[in-house]
Amino acid sequence: MNLVDKTSSELQDLIHKEEVSIAEITKQAFERIEKLDPKVDAFLAMNKEQATKQAEEMDQTPLAERGPLFGLPIGVKDNIVTEGIETTASSRILEGFNPIYNATVVEKLKAAGMITVGKLNMDEFAMGSSNENSYYKNTKNPWNLETVPGGSSGGSAAAVAAGEVPFTLGSDTGGSIRQPAAFCGVVGMKPTYGRVSRFGLIAYASSLDQIGPITRTVKDNALLLEAISGHDERDSTSANIEVPNFAEALTGDIKGLRIGVPKEYFAEGVGEAAKQAVREALAVLEEKGATWEEISLPHSKYALATYYLLASSEASSNLSRFDGIRYGYRTEKAGNLLEFYMNTRSEGFGDEVKRRIMLGTYALSSGYYDAYYKKAQKVRTLIKKDFDDAFEKFDVIIGPTTPTPAFKIGEKVDDPLTMYANDILTIPVNLAGVPAISIPCGFENGLPLGLQIIGKYFDEETIYRVADVFEKATDFHKQTPQIWEGAAQ
Amino acid sequence: MAKMTKEEVIEVAHLARLAITDEEAVHFADQLEAITNAMELLNELDTENVEPTTHVLQMVNVLREDKSVPGLDRELVLKNVKEHEAGQVKVPTILE
Repeated sequence: MNLVDKTSSELQDLIHKEEVSIAEITKQAFERIEKLDPKVDAFLAMNKEQATKQAEEMDQTPLAERGPLFGLPIGVKDNIVTEGIETTASSRILEGFNPIYNATVVEKLKAAGMITVGKLNMDEFAMGSSNENSYYKNTKNPWNLETVPGGSSGGSAAAVAAGEVPFTLGSDTGGSIRQPAAFCGVVGMKPTYGRVSRFGLIAYASSLDQIGPITRTVKDNALLLEAISGHDERDSTSANIEVPNFAEALTGDIKGLRIGVPKEYFAEGVGEAAKQAVREALAVLEEKGATWEEISLPHSKYALATYYLLASSEASSNLSRFDGIRYGYRTEKAGNLLEFYMNTRSEGFGDEVKRRIMLGTYALSSGYYDAYYKKAQKVRTLIKKDFDDAFEKFDVIIGPTTPTPAFKIGEKVDDPLTMYANDILTIPVNLAGVPAISIPCGFENGLPLGLQIIGKYFDEETIYRVADVFEKATDFHKQTPQIWEGAAQ
Repeated sequence: MAKMTKEEVIEVAHLARLAITDEEAVHFADQLEAITNAMELLNELDTENVEPTTHVLQMVNVLREDKSVPGLDRELVLKNVKEHEAGQVKVPTILE
C-alpha cells in the first residue's frame, strides 16, 4: 500500500482497521528515504535501528491509548538535541557530538508516540537562506534539484516535500521555517515567541528563535504544534499560557474575518508572480466571507538591518560557548590556550557564521554599542508597534512569504546582502514575536510560491482556520514534485 | 559611510576568538563594510524617545525554591570530551 500521500488521520484510520502497522509505516519511511535522499540530501544522522525497534513495540499499545500522532514518523532539524543521535547544527564544530539529553520538544514527540527517524540538514547554526552553509551537504529542492530548498530549515522542508516523512520540526529566527516551506510547497508555522520551549534548541538568537512544525497539510501542522507547545520550567522565556486544541479551530468558517494587506509587502523587489498569487488567494478568502483592506506597516523596510544587527549580536554571545573543550571539534594545532580557542573556532565555523560573529562582536563593542545594537533595539520597538496597531483593526495580515520562488544553487552564495534580502517579508514577524504560517498558493516556472498569514500574539488558531479554508478551496497542496513518480512503493 | 579596514577586522576577529589570515581579513572587510553600510539605513529614524525592546513578551523573574537536586552523572558529562583523565577535562597549558 502506498502511504506517502496520506494525512495523519488517514494513516490512523488504516492502522485502526489493521490494514497497516506502525512497523510497516516506519519501514516504508526508511525505504523512501533510502531511495530519494541520495538525490535530495535532506537527512544527516539516521535513527533506523532504534526507530524500527520502537515501532514494533508501539504496535502492541492498545488502540484506546493512542493519540492522533501515535506511531507516525518525524524528522528533526539538526539544531534540536536528541539523546543518543548525533547533533551537529550542520557545523564542523559539533561533528560527532552525541547529546546526553533530549530537547523538551523531543520529549514531547516521544510522549505523543512519534518516531524520530533522523536529523535534518540546515544552514550552519541556522544562519542562511539556502542550506548552502551546511558543512556536510547541500540539500536540493525536490521540485527542481538544481535549486535550493531555502533555509535555514531546508532539510526539514525538503524531506516533507519529497514525501520522505509526513512531519518535521524546524526552527525560525528570521524566516527559517516559512521561507523553505514556501520554496518547497509545504506548510510551515512559526509559532508565537514563547509558545514552544527552546530548551535543547542550539541557540542562534535567543530573543527571536522559535521551533515549529512543517507538514503537508494545515491540519497535520495544527496537530503537531499542539503536541510540542506548552510552558517549560527549563526555558524561562516559554510562556505560561494554556495550549489550545488547534485542530478544533479548523471550523471552516471565516465569515467576517478582517484581513490587512500591507502595501510594503508588494513593494519593489517582490516578484510579479508572488504578488499575483497573493491577490488570487485574497479573492478566494473573500469568496468565503472575509474582507480585506490595504494597510501600511511603515517600518518594514528597516526590519532587515534591525534583524542582522540584533541576531548577529546575540549569536556572537551564544556561539562563544563553542571552544572545543567539553564537546565538539578540537584543533590539532595549538601551543597555548588562546591559540587553542582561536584555531578550534576558525577551523570549526564556516564563513557565514564567522561573518555574523564578527558583525555581532563589532555591534556590541564599546564605541559602537549605541550606534548599532541599541539603535536596532529601538527600531525593533517601532516594528513591533506597526503590528500592534494593525492588529487593533484586523484579525490577520496576509502577504507573500518570499519575494521570489527558489533560486539556483550557487547563485547568491558569496553575496551576503543579496542572500539576506530573501527574508525581507518574514523577518518583521520574528522581531515582533507574532505567529505566522506559510502555505502553498501557486507556482512560478514549476516552483512553489508561499502565502504568509500573520496572526496576533498567541492566536495561532485564527491563522490555522484561515489556512485551512484556503487549503480546502484550492489544490496547490495536492500537487507533488516529479521526483515522486517512480519513487512510490 | 563607515570604512572597515583590514586592521579593524583582525581586531574584531581577535575579540571573537577567531584566527583569520590577512587574505581573509581583506575579504571580510569588504563584506562587513557593505553590511554595516546597509545597516546605517536605521539612522534615518529619529529614535530619541523610543524605548529599546529586548524581549517582545512581558518578562518576569522566574524563581525556584533553593533546594539542591542531583547533577548529571560524571561519566555522562565526559561523554563528549575529547581528552580527559581521572574525571577531569584536559586542556593545553595555560601558564608558561
